[in-house]
Amino acid sequence: MGQENRLRILIGKAGLDGHDRGVKIVARALRDAGFEVIYTGLHNTPEAIVETALQEDVDAVGLSILSGAHNYLFPEIIRLLEEKGLGDVTVFGGGIIPKEDIEGLKQKGVKAVFEPGTSTDEIIGWVKENVSPRAL
Amino acid sequence: MSVRESDLDKKKMARERWEREYGRAQKRDADFTTISGMEMPPLADPGDLAGFDPESGVGYPGQFPYTRGIHSTMYRSRLWTMRQFAGFGTPEDTNRRFKYLLSHGQTGLSTAFDMPTLMGYDSDSAMARGEVGREGVSVSSLEDMEILFDGIDLDRVTTSMTVNCSASIIFAMYLVMAEKKGVSWDKLRGTLQNDMLKEFIAQREWISPPGPSVKIVIDVIEFCARRVRGWHPVSISGYHIREAGSTAVQELAFTLADGIGYVEESIKRGLDVDDFAPRLSFFFNVHNDFLEEVAKFRAARRMWAKIMRDRFGAKDPKSLTLKTHAQTAGASLTAQQPINNVARVTIQALAAVLGGTQSLHTNSMDETLALPTEEAVTVALRTQQIIAEESGVVNTIDPFGGSYLMESLTSRIEKEAFDYIDKIDRMGGIIAAIEEGYPQKEIADAAYKYQRELDTGIKTIVGVNKYVHEDEEVPIPLLKIEDEVEEGQRQKLADLKRRRDNKAVKARLEDILLAARRGDNLMPFIVDAVRDYATLGEISDIFREAYGVYRDPGYF
Repeated sequence: MGQENRLRILIGKAGLDGHDRGVKIVARALRDAGFEVIYTGLHNTPEAIVETALQEDVDAVGLSILSGAHNYLFPEIIRLLEEKGLGDVTVFGGGIIPKEDIEGLKQKGVKAVFEPGTSTDEIIGWVKENVSPRAL
Repeated sequence: MSVRESDLDKKKMARERWEREYGRAQKRDADFTTISGMEMPPLADPGDLAGFDPESGVGYPGQFPYTRGIHSTMYRSRLWTMRQFAGFGTPEDTNRRFKYLLSHGQTGLSTAFDMPTLMGYDSDSAMARGEVGREGVSVSSLEDMEILFDGIDLDRVTTSMTVNCSASIIFAMYLVMAEKKGVSWDKLRGTLQNDMLKEFIAQREWISPPGPSVKIVIDVIEFCARRVRGWHPVSISGYHIREAGSTAVQELAFTLADGIGYVEESIKRGLDVDDFAPRLSFFFNVHNDFLEEVAKFRAARRMWAKIMRDRFGAKDPKSLTLKTHAQTAGASLTAQQPINNVARVTIQALAAVLGGTQSLHTNSMDETLALPTEEAVTVALRTQQIIAEESGVVNTIDPFGGSYLMESLTSRIEKEAFDYIDKIDRMGGIIAAIEEGYPQKEIADAAYKYQRELDTGIKTIVGVNKYVHEDEEVPIPLLKIEDEVEEGQRQKLADLKRRRDNKAVKARLEDILLAARRGDNLMPFIVDAVRDYATLGEISDIFREAYGVYRDPGYF
């Protein structure tokens, strides 16, 4: 198993959004691809997600947001990660996110936003290319 | 050789000749299973109906086992109710959308609430940050409910409210609002979704664990049986089970298993089955695989009739009939080339109508991208009107009845769904099965399998994994919810909390807590509390205190 396959990835759901079909498929596909996957389950505060990221010592955080609250949740989680000294954790995500909001999210530090219809292979490929282990 | 024998021989020869020709012919290299993975025969013929008795299996509409429909006249007497689900932003915003839809020929209202409301949080809660008014309308208090239905005649429309763990509170607000408008409770017609079992299976909005959650559902069923008799206290829903990625058979099986759960619990409460079963209603998804979907609706009616008669001994024919709402499959819509969604919705809506639905919501083409615009909703409503008034399919009841394929498919779906129900019975019933995570895991497996079929191209979604446009722009306008909605709702609530009689509110909340500790029906206490403007979040906090909070086990 290659170096990239030992990456630890936190897959999270924040806020009240209960849509978890996609997030569970992505979590399973990443696990099947050989990554260490930690799934938070539903209904977490941004603080709880960042706390888990810290405890689990992850290299990346992937968020699934279908509630329309992406413009609040992504920047808030990135802010809290930086506050905890986890500014080098790669943040990516997906869900129902209008195209016009994607550029703004990228400027705030979200490395990739996967839109509906993305294949799991594409997400796995992106993680392999773009997530590197954090320097400890 | 007699004439009859030679006729039989001829038929057999024709069948054999077709088999030979079919076997020899070049077939397309394609997948011939349904979207749920059911094998389909290349051709159905009388052999597929061996052992099938059309008299008892199909019968007549309005008669047991109701395979052909629950009414003897079906759409010749009354078309289905065209009921578009609507809700966004402030109660004022949604009130305007309701009036728009009614003025365009819609015949019933269906309310979508925002996530904080659905999860039992007020608009000013920290948990509500960023979500107020986004996915539905924000309702924290009786005052919001009064604005939402301002100027709408409650005794002339039927109202559906999609809300579950906080359903008892929203329903209490609706009842008090009606009372204040001078409309008596026996005149109210509508449906509360109030189906907690499917929340744990699929939709995932909850406050407390399954046991107490179901207790509150039964409180509402009992309260309606005694005091709001025209109301449907629960809409047993497969919709969300399917959206979570189940197969058609799983959707049907888990939904009917949930129904069995509610009937059992209501009987344990001391209700007579015929006292509440006539008001139970259902809600199914309608997906792309046209024939499978029509068969699913037909099988659902036949199964429920058998379950109610044979398992529960129901006698009132209304207890035996499965009345259902249908909604086209949200998860089938694509963000890519969104105008194609109009075609998908048309196929799905047609299946629901040929399946004999009582009411229908057609999704709007833009719903994978955002809540629908007024224009997109209008196209969706027009789709139903075109089916009803141009296509001609409403002229004949159950036009697929007797079709070799349709009857054999209906029977197969019924059998496979009953196998699931037997398995759930052996686990100790649906609540025990949910606590073990059984339906949740079955659905997650099916969803993953389907996604892999898409990723590998075995199954096709036009515009997503085939016939793709590179770099396409979204060609349609989208509805935007302004950030001011959240701030406005918070201020309004703060203002209400200053104006109301806070001493009375505190006493009413205490009454609910004591009733919960005693194990009483909570409904009368909730009605009194909302009348004094206790908020949805405050009452939900009492549930949290009395019954505890459920945490997602996070199966994947």
